[in-house]
Amino acid sequence: MSEEIISGSRVSDHATLAETFNKDEPRVNWHDETLWFIRKKRDKAAWQIPEWEQLREVASQIKNNVLSNLHSYLLEFEKNARNNGVHVHWAADAEEHNRIVHDIIQKARIKNVVKSKSMLTEECHLNEYLHAKGIDVIDTDLGERIVQLAGEPPSHIVLPCIHWKKEEIGELFSQHLGTPEGNNDPQFLTTAARLHLRQHFMTSRLAITGVNFAVAETGEVVVCTNEGNADLGVQLADVHIACMGIEKIIPKRKHLGIFLRLLARSATGQPITTYSSHFRRPRKGQVMHIVLVDNGRSERLGNADFRNALKCIRCGACMNTCPVYRRSGGHSYHYAIAGPIGAILAPGLDMKKHADLPFASTLCGSCSNVCPVKIDIHDQLYKWRQVLTQNGHVGTMKKASMEGMAKILSTPSLYATAGRAFRWILDNLPIIVNNRFNPWYRQREMPEPPKKSFNKWYSENRKQK
Amino acid sequence: MNSREKILERVQKNQPPLSGLPDLNHERSGSSQSIQKFVRSLGNIGGTAIDAMSWNEIESILRERFPSTARRISLIPQLGSSGINGDFEKDPRTLENVSVSILAGHFAVAENGAVWVNEENMGDRVLPFICEHLVLVVNASAVVESMQDAYELLDSSDHSFGTFIAGPSKTADIEQSLVLGAHGPKTLSVFLLHA
Repeated sequence: MSEEIISGSRVSDHATLAETFNKDEPRVNWHDETLWFIRKKRDKAAWQIPEWEQLREVASQIKNNVLSNLHSYLLEFEKNARNNGVHVHWAADAEEHNRIVHDIIQKARIKNVVKSKSMLTEECHLNEYLHAKGIDVIDTDLGERIVQLAGEPPSHIVLPCIHWKKEEIGELFSQHLGTPEGNNDPQFLTTAARLHLRQHFMTSRLAITGVNFAVAETGEVVVCTNEGNADLGVQLADVHIACMGIEKIIPKRKHLGIFLRLLARSATGQPITTYSSHFRRPRKGQVMHIVLVDNGRSERLGNADFRNALKCIRCGACMNTCPVYRRSGGHSYHYAIAGPIGAILAPGLDMKKHADLPFASTLCGSCSNVCPVKIDIHDQLYKWRQVLTQNGHVGTMKKASMEGMAKILSTPSLYATAGRAFRWILDNLPIIVNNRFNPWYRQREMPEPPKKSFNKWYSENRKQK
Repeated sequence: MNSREKILERVQKNQPPLSGLPDLNHERSGSSQSIQKFVRSLGNIGGTAIDAMSWNEIESILRERFPSTARRISLIPQLGSSGINGDFEKDPRTLENVSVSILAGHFAVAENGAVWVNEENMGDRVLPFICEHLVLVVNASAVVESMQDAYELLDSSDHSFGTFIAGPSKTADIEQSLVLGAHGPKTLSVFLLHA
């Protein structure tokens, strides 16, 4: 598997990593079909709600309101959470977030921590940070535990090990959990993981969770899981730390009625996740912390072209539908959040490091069509390409060929000549394009050229009339 | 300036002009069909809904389903004693060997098979999550149609902790094969009490 990806450090661009992923064609087909199956489940779930499109529109408007009034919602949330007896912390960046979490753990004199799924902590590389400080963090979501045992980052925000086959998981478990070799039955492997993780739930005194929604009106945070791992962790721990990006705020509790109808249906086609837990006040004797993290979000808020990406509720629908994601795999995006939404979030954090990602798209627009909060994902991908080119983050070859193409397309005589030349080459000297130096040839056959141009065909056929 | 002030200042400076909240325009849509819809929804997500006319009926079904040797905790007086008489142990870990938890749900949601349970009905917050089998009892008249109806009921709720439970704990992380009983209960039975 992709040992060359150590989360956070980039060694290759999307095209190169996708090429590696594409070496095993049956596996790529399997990956593609699995995700498309989930996309179809999403459609089925959405079509059962006659007012689905209306819900998307309302959700989008609520999120627009949140972004336009975030300052007061943050203050309102902070005030209410504090009144609920919760400690609220503010972190300007990933480093500060990690430091705050570590301080809390250290003060509680705890060495073993359980953590449920949180893309924010992936974004901040919290596990690596704590590990370096001698803290043992166990990811308790089954998919996340699998990739953690394998030393990999998740490849999908909702389905962290969607790129793993059960035979490989069986082998991984036999190495790490001592299950018998060759037993790859999902039921058996899940039971083994249940027993293994139950020990950690029972012995860990501190639990970290993410946050799906934070309600300004009540100061409560809502965490959604299917496995129940967030709840088992928190309810058995003395200390609960909930980590959230500042954009997770929603104004009122009743707005959950909209978002919880959309979230799981968009994500996996379920009508709702098994658990939607509302943490408002800590349990008796427990200490609860909420860490509000900026890490580039307030900066993005000021950018009219790209601020809408902050509306994301992390359902992953854009990944499941994306033809490029499905056939290149999550790790080819070399960022905590893969797929179309990752490709518009990542360059906002580090333009140079993630300059390749907005190009990992066909701009087909399917991502925008399934997005439950109507983020204009494919428009932003297109806008990022322009920003990246203007800022000199696009390779000279790509830039030169784009400029050449623009010249040809805007000059009819040049276009006719180039078309003739290209058809002749494909017929007579295919080696000129069908060679390994042409990146478009590597994973596909070049098409058979038409005998003549459309212009020529049109003038001939028009004469016949 | 500390991080809090810095973040708040940047947010205030960068947030776009105020865009209004949409009118949710929600009309309660509960109907006589909601109960049947709930039964179907819960079945689709791996749970079981059972209509019951009396507490006695529930008790006899429970006796059939769960052997009496297993540790059973009921927070509903009509369904036997909890064995702990509301005096919950200080350490929630001692609940690890609970086989069956029996709790009252506040209301159920037809569109997705979820039941709202808040802390006051849990005894201990971990109880609905740590047991092998979870049994919830909901008044059959308390089935609402959608999540939007549900949050109307929760509008003034003062829960410290509350959760929607929809089916048994599950995962499909291994090749999308659905497995019931990931970390929490392996089964969920919801009794709809028509009394």
